[in-house]
Amino acid sequence: MIPPLIVDMALFKGLQLIAVTDHNTTGNVAAVMQAAQGTGLTVLPGMELQTREEVDLLCLFDTLEQAADWQAQVDRALLPLVNDSEHFGPQFLVDAEGEFVAEEPRMLQMASLFTLEEAVAAVHALGGLAIPAHIDRPSKGLLRVLGLWPPNLQVSAAEVSPNLRPSQARQRYPALPPVPLITASDAHCLDMIGQVLTVFVLAGPPSIAELRLALADAGDRRAYVP
Amino acid sequence: MTLKDIIAKLDLQVLAGAGNLDQAVSGGYVADLLSCVMTGAQPGHLWFTLQTHLNIVAVASLLGVAAIVVTESAPVPPETIQKAEQEGVVLLSCAEPTFEAIVKLVRAGF
Repeated sequence: MIPPLIVDMALFKGLQLIAVTDHNTTGNVAAVMQAAQGTGLTVLPGMELQTREEVDLLCLFDTLEQAADWQAQVDRALLPLVNDSEHFGPQFLVDAEGEFVAEEPRMLQMASLFTLEEAVAAVHALGGLAIPAHIDRPSKGLLRVLGLWPPNLQVSAAEVSPNLRPSQARQRYPALPPVPLITASDAHCLDMIGQVLTVFVLAGPPSIAELRLALADAGDRRAYVP
Repeated sequence: MTLKDIIAKLDLQVLAGAGNLDQAVSGGYVADLLSCVMTGAQPGHLWFTLQTHLNIVAVASLLGVAAIVVTESAPVPPETIQKAEQEGVVLLSCAEPTFEAIVKLVRAGF
C-alpha cells in the first residue's frame, strides 16, 4: 500500500480521519501524512504495538515528534531479531510518493518487552491515546489472549474487529466494563480501507484531545459505530 | 500426586500459595492463551504457561486449578504474585521449558 493510494482510497470511501498504525513501527507514518497534505484528510501518527503478553495495542498521537518519542521507547523494547523477509515478507519504508527508501531490517512481527499496562501508561505520558486493538480476535486480541478484561487497565476505548459490531461484542462478553467500543478497518490492503468505521462527532479539528472527549461524550461530542 | 510431590520432583520455586500445597493434582493443561485455558483447563489441573499477566490469577482462581506453573523462569510481575497470595492461588516457577518439565513429570510416574 503506497501513501498516495491510501489517501485516495480513504477519500474515495468518504473518510475524513485515518490513523497509520503499522506493527511496532511508525516508520511510514510521515510519508502518509505528507501525502495527505492539502487533501482534507487528517492522518494521525500511530502504531500497533504488540505487548509482552502478545496483545495488540493501538497507540495514537497528534504529532510526529510524539510518535518519534514513542518509537524510541519501543526500539529499546524490541527483541534484537532480524526479519527473515522470505518467511515474514519484506518491510519497506517508502516516501510520500510511494518510492522505496529503505528496508527495515529488524523483526517487527514480534512481541515487545512492554507489558500491556506499562505500554498504556507510557502512551498516556506522551499525551497519546491507547486503544486495545481487535479485542475479540483470536490472534493478539486482548480478550482472547488474557481471557478477561484486566482489572487495572485504564483506557479511553477498545476496538472490536470488523467481524463484530460493538453491540454484539457486549452480548458475547457480558463482563466487559463500560469502556467505549469502536471499530476500525485494520486495513492491510487498499480495498479493506473503510470496510468498517467509527463516527467521531467533534467540536473542533481532529486531535487526540477531541477524540478522547468524543469517547467520553463530552458536550455535544459523540463517538459511535454507524 | 500432590503439589508437594511435584514441587520436589521438578524442583519448583513456590512464588505464592505456600499454604495450599497438599492438594492432589488430577491432570494438566498447557496454554498461554487465557481464553483457551478458560475452556480447556479443569479443576485440580496443573497449568503450565509462559503468560505472567495479572489475569492468570483470575483465570486460575475461576477454574480452581491446583497450581499455575510458570516455566523457563519467566519473570513474574510483583502484582501477579501479590494477587495470587491474596487469592490463595498456588503460583510456581520452573526453570525448565514446559516440554522438559512434563517429560520429567511423566518419568517420575505421573
